[in-house]
Amino acid sequence: MLLRRLLGWLDDRVGGARFGSKALEKVFPNHWTFLLGEIALYCFIILVLTGTYLTFFFEPSSREVVYDGDYAPLRGVEMSAAYASSLDISFEVRAGLVMRQMHHWAALLFVAAMSVHLMRVFFTGAFRRPRELNWIVGLTLLVLGIGNGFFGYSLLDDLLSGTGVRVAYASALAIPLVGPDVAFAVFGGEFPADSIIPRFYTLHILILPAIIALLVGVHLALVWRQRHTQYPGGLRREDNVVGIRAWPGFAMKAAGLMFVTAAVVAALGGLAQINPIWAYGPFRSTEAVAAVTSASQPDWYMGWIDGALRLFPGWETRVGGYMIPNPFFPGVLLPTIAFGVLYLWPWIESRYRKDREPHNLLERPRDAPLRTAIGAAGLAGFTVLFFAASNDVIAGAFELEPESVTNVFRVAFFVLPALTFFITRAVCRDLQRSGEQPGRGLPHVRLVRRGERVEAEPASEPESLDDAEEHELAPTTKEP
Amino acid sequence: MTPDDGDEPVPSDSGATAVRPHLPPSNRDKVTAAVFLVAAAAGIALLVVYVAGGDAQAEGALLAVILGGIGIGLVRWSHAMVGPEPAIEERPPLESEASRRREFITTLEESSRPVSRRRLLLGSLTAAGAALVAALLLPLRSLGPSPGRALFRTAWRDGRRMVTAGGDAVAAADLRVGNVLTVFPEGVEHVEDAATLLIRVGPDELELPEERMEWAPEGLVAYSKICTHVGCPVGLYRESTHELICPCHQSTFDVLRGAEPVFGPATRPLPQLPIGIDDEGYVVALGDFPEPTGPGFWNWGS
Repeated sequence: MLLRRLLGWLDDRVGGARFGSKALEKVFPNHWTFLLGEIALYCFIILVLTGTYLTFFFEPSSREVVYDGDYAPLRGVEMSAAYASSLDISFEVRAGLVMRQMHHWAALLFVAAMSVHLMRVFFTGAFRRPRELNWIVGLTLLVLGIGNGFFGYSLLDDLLSGTGVRVAYASALAIPLVGPDVAFAVFGGEFPADSIIPRFYTLHILILPAIIALLVGVHLALVWRQRHTQYPGGLRREDNVVGIRAWPGFAMKAAGLMFVTAAVVAALGGLAQINPIWAYGPFRSTEAVAAVTSASQPDWYMGWIDGALRLFPGWETRVGGYMIPNPFFPGVLLPTIAFGVLYLWPWIESRYRKDREPHNLLERPRDAPLRTAIGAAGLAGFTVLFFAASNDVIAGAFELEPESVTNVFRVAFFVLPALTFFITRAVCRDLQRSGEQPGRGLPHVRLVRRGERVEAEPASEPESLDDAEEHELAPTTKEP
Repeated sequence: MTPDDGDEPVPSDSGATAVRPHLPPSNRDKVTAAVFLVAAAAGIALLVVYVAGGDAQAEGALLAVILGGIGIGLVRWSHAMVGPEPAIEERPPLESEASRRREFITTLEESSRPVSRRRLLLGSLTAAGAALVAALLLPLRSLGPSPGRALFRTAWRDGRRMVTAGGDAVAAADLRVGNVLTVFPEGVEHVEDAATLLIRVGPDELELPEERMEWAPEGLVAYSKICTHVGCPVGLYRESTHELICPCHQSTFDVLRGAEPVFGPATRPLPQLPIGIDDEGYVVALGDFPEPTGPGFWNWGS
């Protein structure tokens, strides 16, 4: 009744009943891999909510204060107001620690969900025409998400975050021609300038979130307009959408997933400690200069760059009095190339495959062996760099010389991606030849329903594969 | 996955008196309702924890139960909303009909002609726009000082004493062989780029270039503490091999041979500070570092 009158009132003034009817009927394809982007969206919502709570208590200032709060070991220590207020959030503000840890976990999950979503889109060819524009928007969201995560953990002004800012400063300094000017403009002068924290704060809570929110809107609007892709098979064709209707099935499921995501973040935020800044101590540059002596690692999405900084050999290009400093290559050039290739990928691929047709049906990774192999090789390289960021920890844990660990990683950075490329391509081609049953034609193992692994003869009797005892291993083409 | 019995659409045009009949709950619905009620109970428990003074673990766990209960309940409920048959929708082509597109482009071109033909107005507007951009860009300079020579200099001057972070002057006798100390120029203990490591080694172990031997009196040698790679403080001294190691990226420097890099990504040695010992036995600088400290930049050597 009330709803009827309210909607009537609204429609009298703005119309839109037709759009509303179509919206309720809209069909969304249903597959678990389509939930990854949704999870990223929900993480962003959680970030905005928890972050807003934190802004009520955080003081973004380098002003020196003497700590006099609940955490006894640091009482009487000089520190920045930013670090002191972060301690207050952790120890005195009601639910402050949970909110802070939820915020940090949600940020890690946000970038992780975006990354895995990106992989899904890449490996299934969802970026192909007509969705190149949304590929660009999505990649930009990933870059902004990484950037905002970095600004966020730099704000707390603890010992570790200060180290991260220092690396960022050196990378900015390394840009040819304009490096010093850019570094001084962004950081407000020679490191460590007092304006870093208030500046990063404005970027972190206003500018970047606003751009992210805007681009999320564009991203979703484009999905709405272009309609979601779907896997081939069953009733699904290029010119239809098969799935569940927006209301109530999809909306309710999506809302449920949002709450489940929030529940996971809450459980992590309450039960899994993250970034215990009180244990690191404050970043007062001169004392940090005396104090940073142990292993330091950034948040996971920065790990690959940190790893590259560790692996890149001691080369510096010097001509006369001028140089291209060493951090330029791993710190500036590597991310530029990595993201540059990703940004251009839809066009690189359409040119290479001479494919300019629109696609609404996804490709299984095996059906594009070259793309899948290149993507897998890229991931292998990323993984090597990621673990290289822990070379000192690995050396310590296995009692090896840090030098030899680094050298192993240097070799692995070239060998593993190459191996991955050829193995992936071979597996894809094999899968293509053998239909839905993987591994045929190769000496292989076969999964049987009881879950045992059985060494099988090379498939001499193809019909045996239709045996009911076989466990189906290619769920991507199953009906939802 | 079956839709609830009796979930036919209620006739919508039966007038304002139509009342939606309530469905008798199925067993599945009863479980879903129980999940929602667990969430409600956890909410009350969270209130109690909050009032009682709070506890991070309990807060997080209870919040997870509330959110998870609502979430799982909604997903369960949504399953009951989806029929066994998939919904199918046509996917009309995205692009407009060719005639539509032509019409739009033609209209745009024709209606823009009065704009594009007025060369004078367009030119002067462009000039005004450029002036506006220039005027708005200029204040960006206020974001930071001009680098000038700031990256080339530190606060070390001839005759300036070395002090610890706490401000105590360092006497040559304070350090035994194998000792290492972080020191700053007296009076400016908070300046990052001047942070220096003072190390004492056996005087005959040092293999410095000829002209720099007198910068290291009595085996006391001073190097910049800021790594020449990305500027982390070089914090580890491995006395057995006389190596300084940066904890960030494992650049390793040979203390006996002018802090030349022997491993890792750093390419340049840690700059050596010329030092001496004054009449009272305190360690003093004999000038600034001969080259910029810290990470490189493009005009480093100019």
